Amino acid sequence: MKYENVIVDEPGRREFLLGNEAIVRGAIEAGVGFASTYPGTPSSEIGNVLFYVAKKAGMYFEFSTNEKVALEVSAAAAASGLRSMVFFKHVGLNVAADAFMSTAYVGTNGGMVIISADDPSMHSSQNEQDNRYYALISGMPMVEPSNAQEMKDFIKKAFEISEKYKLPVLFRTTTRVNHVRGIVEYGKINRVKREGYFHKNPAKYVILPSVARRMHMELLEKLKRVEEETNNSELNRIEGNGNEIGIITSGVAYNYVHDVVKELGLNAKILKLAFTHPFPKELVKEFISSVKKVIVVEELEPYLEKETRLVAQMNDINVDIYGKLNGYFPRAYEYNPDVIKDALEKIMNIKIERNAYTPEEISLPPRPPILCPGCPHRATYYAAMMALKQLKIKDAIITTDIGCYTLGIQKPYEMADYLLCMGSSIGTAVGFSKSTKQKVIGFVGDSTFFHAAIPGLIDAYHNKANLVYVILDNRTTAMTGHQPHPGLPVNGMGEPAPYVDIENLVRGIGIDFVKTVDPYDVKETIKVFKEAIKHEGISVIISKRECALLWDARRRKQGEWWIYEINQDKCTQCGLCSDWLACAAIFKRKDKDGKVRIYINDALCDGCGVCATICPFNAIDKKVIR
Amino acid sequence: MSVGIVYAGVGGQGVLTASSIVGKAALLSGMNVVMSEVHGMAQRGGIVVTEMKIGEAKSPLLGQGEADIIVGFEPVEAYRILKKAHPESYVIVNTEPIIPTTVSLEGKTYPDVKQILGNMRDLHVVSLEATELARKAGNVIATNIVMLGALAKIPVFPIKKEILEEAIKKTINPKYHEMNLKAFQMGYESISL
Ligand code: SF4
Ligand code: SF4
Repeated sequence: MKYENVIVDEPGRREFLLGNEAIVRGAIEAGVGFASTYPGTPSSEIGNVLFYVAKKAGMYFEFSTNEKVALEVSAAAAASGLRSMVFFKHVGLNVAADAFMSTAYVGTNGGMVIISADDPSMHSSQNEQDNRYYALISGMPMVEPSNAQEMKDFIKKAFEISEKYKLPVLFRTTTRVNHVRGIVEYGKINRVKREGYFHKNPAKYVILPSVARRMHMELLEKLKRVEEETNNSELNRIEGNGNEIGIITSGVAYNYVHDVVKELGLNAKILKLAFTHPFPKELVKEFISSVKKVIVVEELEPYLEKETRLVAQMNDINVDIYGKLNGYFPRAYEYNPDVIKDALEKIMNIKIERNAYTPEEISLPPRPPILCPGCPHRATYYAAMMALKQLKIKDAIITTDIGCYTLGIQKPYEMADYLLCMGSSIGTAVGFSKSTKQKVIGFVGDSTFFHAAIPGLIDAYHNKANLVYVILDNRTTAMTGHQPHPGLPVNGMGEPAPYVDIENLVRGIGIDFVKTVDPYDVKETIKVFKEAIKHEGISVIISKRECALLWDARRRKQGEWWIYEINQDKCTQCGLCSDWLACAAIFKRKDKDGKVRIYINDALCDGCGVCATICPFNAIDKKVIR
Repeated sequence: MSVGIVYAGVGGQGVLTASSIVGKAALLSGMNVVMSEVHGMAQRGGIVVTEMKIGEAKSPLLGQGEADIIVGFEPVEAYRILKKAHPESYVIVNTEPIIPTTVSLEGKTYPDVKQILGNMRDLHVVSLEATELARKAGNVIATNIVMLGALAKIPVFPIKKEILEEAIKKTINPKYHEMNLKAFQMGYESISL
């Protein structure tokens, strides 16, 4: 079984695990009985692993329709006395925020841990919000791990904290903790409690205004007690000694601090914080009183720094504090060892040798992320682009959404003009159709459609918007690593499941122009796009074709493989395939005779054959590989 | 002390698999290892970089000059990451280019591979036709394993060849062991230092 190594009951065993795999291990050791998510990078692999191991570990796991639903199902499980864990990316917490805020008030019964995976530097996100502030506005205790081992160990601690105070705990991670592999030593596995019992208590669980008023006071009382614990918790520790420099840090930044301090042989002591809300004021007070200079190192917002300054001010501690607020550290993007060195140079007025090689500058062609070779979205965008060209429409507004298909923004398709967040393709399409006379086409993926676009589509129908809505149904949640969604006959436990038929669902709203096409049939798809664009009112196109990578994996497993090749005798070098379909596997090369020719890269071609179907000269042939 | 290694290539070349094989081999050798990967957005055709420290270290990212070895699965991607190298670094370069779409769509030029290699001559450059060797071993998909073969020969690389082979066997489907071990050996033999 895949990920068998994550669930073996062998205390002391050491494995090379991804941070997200370590979280699953921690959950299993903690006896978590219930887990839910909506996939989002950098949290996705937690769900991918649970998909394989949940059943065997005796746990319930679901891919929920969106993060709000995920949080609600887990809250109910915890209210029933189970240990429950819900996880998503940082912006997923925005979607879940309404439910999130209330769970802090009503509290829990079994332990509940809410994992937020933040994405400094926005490797695959629309913003880099620092979700530690969610702990502050909700009043939830917060834990911030620094590495794979802590991902596992601190999940267990987080459940203990949650159960002790009957409060959910925010477990805040970042990309370079989620996506870092390290060696993790296993502990023992606790028994799973899979069945709970809900003891009714409307005066606690039904958040009417009268209840809320009381619960808010209770929450504030609890937080005072939690704060006492943060001052003494083993999650917050001091490393090293000396009375000159004290560095306060948390999360991934600690690793950079650790290595740089060691490399430079600095005589500094480090206050490594992991239980960071409520802020451990007493601990920090003692720490900053014991040194002459305080340096606060944290990615993104100056949360620790502001709290530290507050402690200094309220206790009349006169110490120099260096952080973001006085310009020593950046407030955007992820850190690395050089960021720490740059800051230390300024703070300590020293020069740190880097010994870096400086390559001669040459101009390198950029290689932005692009749709994979064989991607059905490429064929859909090609068809949409050709339909608009043939109808001579130049200013159509294209609203897009979140998924691999956002990459339709690139040349030559340029199929993306407006994007806000998950599901925004439809609400914004309605807005544009009501405020301009331009043609409006919205694109959404299947999983994103279920996640947040259905209310928008109902809005479009009810308010008589004039637009084309394209549902790119590639039978998976592709960008985050191919998780199932409600449109597929399998669930998070890997069991057969009833599925929602997208075409029926759209028709159920009352929309009658609904057409399903296979984008690899480029001719037909162009035709349907033209009809839809000419149609007055709402038209919905479902462009249905499995993600190329899934198809790929299946064929490789069966030992079937073929690619396409350009027959240079027939090719006129017209450039339709290379410049207009623009598959990532097709490239131009200057040959030894000085002529530029078009070729297909055999290592990248996925054998979809779309280039062959559009080639006007029949110059592209299939080649079967043994 | 730790050894810093950066692996750079193009999505679809098996960069992630190769680097996690090395990580597993480090674990098998009883060494500490920390490695940072990239995930998300489309998976093939974009840049893929993983960074690794083997030995006493916690930081998952390398600073400038901290890469003792650069494993370049593609010439331009090897060059792009050179600022992580120091003057004594080893750079392994697969000489077969993967030409990005920006060349045909935006009129960018792909530099001459000879120029790329020439510019690096102050470093310890080891070049090989890894993609072609993989084809010869049986499938271009084994390009990453050819690169590991070359890596095994680098003097500052701290892991034994046999352990790397063991980690390959632990990672790859047994059906393909023979082909991959052949690819590994071809990579190992193709370079001389
Ligand atoms: S579309 Fe056909 S003729 Fe035109 S460049 Fe491509 S292979 Fe050659
Ligand atoms: S068959 Fe053509 S379009 Fe499909 S992946 Fe290969 S080169 Fe690209």
